[in-house]
Amino acid sequence: MRIDCNAFLGAYPWRKVPGTSPDALLQALDRTKIDVAWITHLPSLFWRDPTEGNAWLYETARKEKRFKPVPTVHPGLSNWEQVLSGAANAGAPVVRCDPLYFGLDPAGGEMRALVAACSAARLPLMLGVRLEDGRQRHPNDHVGELPAAAVRTLIRSAADLRLLVTHADRGFIEEVHFGSTPDEARRIWWDICWIWGPPEDHFATLLGTVGVERFVFGTGQPLRLPDNSIAKLDLLELAREQREAIESKNIQELSA
Amino acid sequence: MLVDVHAHFLHARTPRADWRERNVSRLTAGAKIGISVHVASILGSWGLTSPIYFPSPRDVTAGNDALLALQREHPDSIRGYVCVNPNYTAHARAEIVRCLDAGMIGIKLAASRRADDPLLDPIAALARERRVPVLQHIWQHRRRDWPGQEASDATELCTLARRHPEVALILAHIGGGGDWLHSLHAVREVPNVYVDLSGSGVDGGMLEACVESVGVGRLLWGTDLTMDTGWAKLRYLESLLSGEELALVSWKNAARIFPPGAFPAD
Repeated sequence: MRIDCNAFLGAYPWRKVPGTSPDALLQALDRTKIDVAWITHLPSLFWRDPTEGNAWLYETARKEKRFKPVPTVHPGLSNWEQVLSGAANAGAPVVRCDPLYFGLDPAGGEMRALVAACSAARLPLMLGVRLEDGRQRHPNDHVGELPAAAVRTLIRSAADLRLLVTHADRGFIEEVHFGSTPDEARRIWWDICWIWGPPEDHFATLLGTVGVERFVFGTGQPLRLPDNSIAKLDLLELAREQREAIESKNIQELSA
Repeated sequence: MLVDVHAHFLHARTPRADWRERNVSRLTAGAKIGISVHVASILGSWGLTSPIYFPSPRDVTAGNDALLALQREHPDSIRGYVCVNPNYTAHARAEIVRCLDAGMIGIKLAASRRADDPLLDPIAALARERRVPVLQHIWQHRRRDWPGQEASDATELCTLARRHPEVALILAHIGGGGDWLHSLHAVREVPNVYVDLSGSGVDGGMLEACVESVGVGRLLWGTDLTMDTGWAKLRYLESLLSGEELALVSWKNAARIFPPGAFPAD
């Protein structure tokens, strides 16, 4: 069983990206032997009200059992609590919020209210550090990257909060993990898509220092090739149980 | 056969205490991926006693010596690019002659001088004379200067390529940072510029754009600092290209531009 917790559907505004339709994603899942994809509606991250993409997302996920919806919540909009309860009712395994894309302080009052509500609802929150390499972004794409300090602030602010952080590199992960108490660190899961493999061996190092149980399989497809996360695992000498944990069990534990 | 046209190794006189582990890691991962030959360079002291991209002549020589030693240690799987700093013309040319005579098969230019600078002409002339390719470090669409490097972009490399149409110039790491589409537009009509697919970038659509821009006949597979992304791109190409097209990208294009006999099955 291989679950991609970090997949997108829909067009990206800053460059041409192939394979953004549901059918194309299914083909990519077949090609890379991924059983399930947690999907986000990519265009709506750039909309004034990003939650307007959630209805399409739910409908798309309803039609395809290999898709699980990851709806967007915008805690700066007045209806955000209804969006959150709608996500829980729709069976979303997590909700996502990209505060910098929404013009919000990533550790500000709106975000702290959101994480308190997620904590109370036992609904994990997904945060993306970035979507694209900062060196290649469109000249008008000025959205900042999620700071590690914001993740530390958020995990400290709600005792039962569980976070899934995508697109983080080794330095970011280490800063948050070792800048948190063991209890806080146990409530954060990291997608592997942005972590370097050999010869720098960042991923192997993190598995040894942070622990296998903290990592989940994610790809960032179709913005990124899903083959990368699989290659990264294939380059490691992992026991079968460790590989299963990263590919499916850890994420199931997060969303249980 | 699989040739990695963009590899690096470390050595003892660098800031990295883990240099042996990193070298072993590259070779171990290479064996898993199926890399037949790592065509590698060492950029001086990697910052220990002169800047990575502006290596002193002494560091250039020490780095090249370390690579020659690795090549001797792994005669079947490691080949070298002579790394030079074109600001030191006489040293650069002497170093190229010395290291090619010792068995290296290409020239590596980091980011010590822009690719369209006249100081690169004597290097390119020697590359033509010795019939070896030049791997040029590239910042894909440089909009400003970055600290620590005088990075070239594809437009500048194409200017050099037009001045030296008989020299094969390799545009480094299309996935290595910056707007790759800008580079691909620039190199499309310049037949002696080859695109190396290495770099940490694994953007969806990038490989399709590479094929569309220069065709499979001018693409070269490589890894640079992230072998997982290299393997991912290779796997994706297996679904995108025919077997014969994939062979071109994997090794046949490399065998064409490197000196005859550079690779075991060549």
